[in-house]
Amino acid sequence: MSKLCSCSCAVESIDDGSSVMIGGFMGGGSPHRLIDELVRQGKKDLTIIANDTARPGIGIGKLIDAGAVKRLIASHIGLNPETQKRMIANEIEVELVPQGTLAERIRAGGTGLGGVLTATGVGTVVAEGKQTVEIEGEDYLVETPLKADFALIHALRSDMFGNLQYLLTSRNFNPSMALAGETVIAEASEVVPVGMIPPDHVETVGVLVDHLVSWEA
Amino acid sequence: MEAKTLIAKRVAQEMVDGDLVNLGIGLPTLVTNYLPEGVRVFFQSENGLIGMQALPEKAAAFEDLTDAGGTPASFIPGAAAFDSVASFGFIRGGHLDVTVLGGLQVDEGGQLANWMVPGKMVPGMGGAMDLVTGAKKVIVAMTHTAKGSPKIIKKCNLPLTSVRRVDLIVTEMAVIEPSDAGLVLKELAPGVSLDEVKAATEAELLVPDDLKEMALAA
Repeated sequence: MSKLCSCSCAVESIDDGSSVMIGGFMGGGSPHRLIDELVRQGKKDLTIIANDTARPGIGIGKLIDAGAVKRLIASHIGLNPETQKRMIANEIEVELVPQGTLAERIRAGGTGLGGVLTATGVGTVVAEGKQTVEIEGEDYLVETPLKADFALIHALRSDMFGNLQYLLTSRNFNPSMALAGETVIAEASEVVPVGMIPPDHVETVGVLVDHLVSWEA
Repeated sequence: MEAKTLIAKRVAQEMVDGDLVNLGIGLPTLVTNYLPEGVRVFFQSENGLIGMQALPEKAAAFEDLTDAGGTPASFIPGAAAFDSVASFGFIRGGHLDVTVLGGLQVDEGGQLANWMVPGKMVPGMGGAMDLVTGAKKVIVAMTHTAKGSPKIIKKCNLPLTSVRRVDLIVTEMAVIEPSDAGLVLKELAPGVSLDEVKAATEAELLVPDDLKEMALAA
């Protein structure tokens, strides 16, 4: 069974209104071709879960510019004035989550945990509406898991089975999102034959990846 | 000396050889330029690298290696890359020795607000809340006032970054150490008087007998 497919075919399976996790940090490590294809196919009402929205015209910023996003869960939008503008105009509902909490909520979603406990945000606006528990004399917030209908992943290298390797800071949220998406679409800079990535170097296991988009596909 | 340079030079004196350090975007990143001789620290970038350094001149930039502001970066031999879950594990787990962040307000309780101005500026907290909550030492590096208004005030009215008390405040006028008793004025910048600092500070400052001039070199 080949997971290789074209970008357009992979993105066609994403319905309007879907929740979509997208890897990347200020554009680095984002699946740019999949993002371009979401824009080209005119997707709308998406819930995007990502660290940030990069900048206007870059990475996830393109989805903001295109009006494809209805709801956003992110840690930082400070470098994208367009996202802030649309948030203030109530065109996009934005939930801001501390970056470490975002990472852990995604990890919890992908690894079957009912949530995580973190001291981050205790006593701040982040704690509003959340349960606080005391463990060994310290207060922690109960943070709920995050999952999504789709996870769009960027990797340096994939084998034909979907085993993934990442590069430097373009790793970021990709490995944890690959566990938390119901359907996982990976975009790799290169696709190599099975066996070319040694088992110890596989960072995301191929069984998690549903569709693989290569530069060649 | 320009305010930012002065602040960065003073903050750099706080670094201890072997420290794992996270620098916020902007002013804090200037600290790398003024590390005391013989002090080698490891810089963590929360997007997934320990051992980061600025991109050398003429070196090729590429998207797979940037700092937390998205600017192309480089790394030293011995660097390590990891994902966001691990990165914030270092931060929250007490493995980060020092974080240096900018500030909008710090109050008499030593609490910091630095991530939003409701209705005006809503950048989001990014990693700031985790950093202030989890780092062993939190240094706020900021200008003493904003357009003439004090930033060191009685009580923060902007949303807090953390309830944790920060460890040190370094401005172009003074070095201030929050304590159980309140804000202790430790050092004055060269050429700055006690009265000038008091006039630029809304919070009450405790002035010890051994008030020093700002230490700019080890």
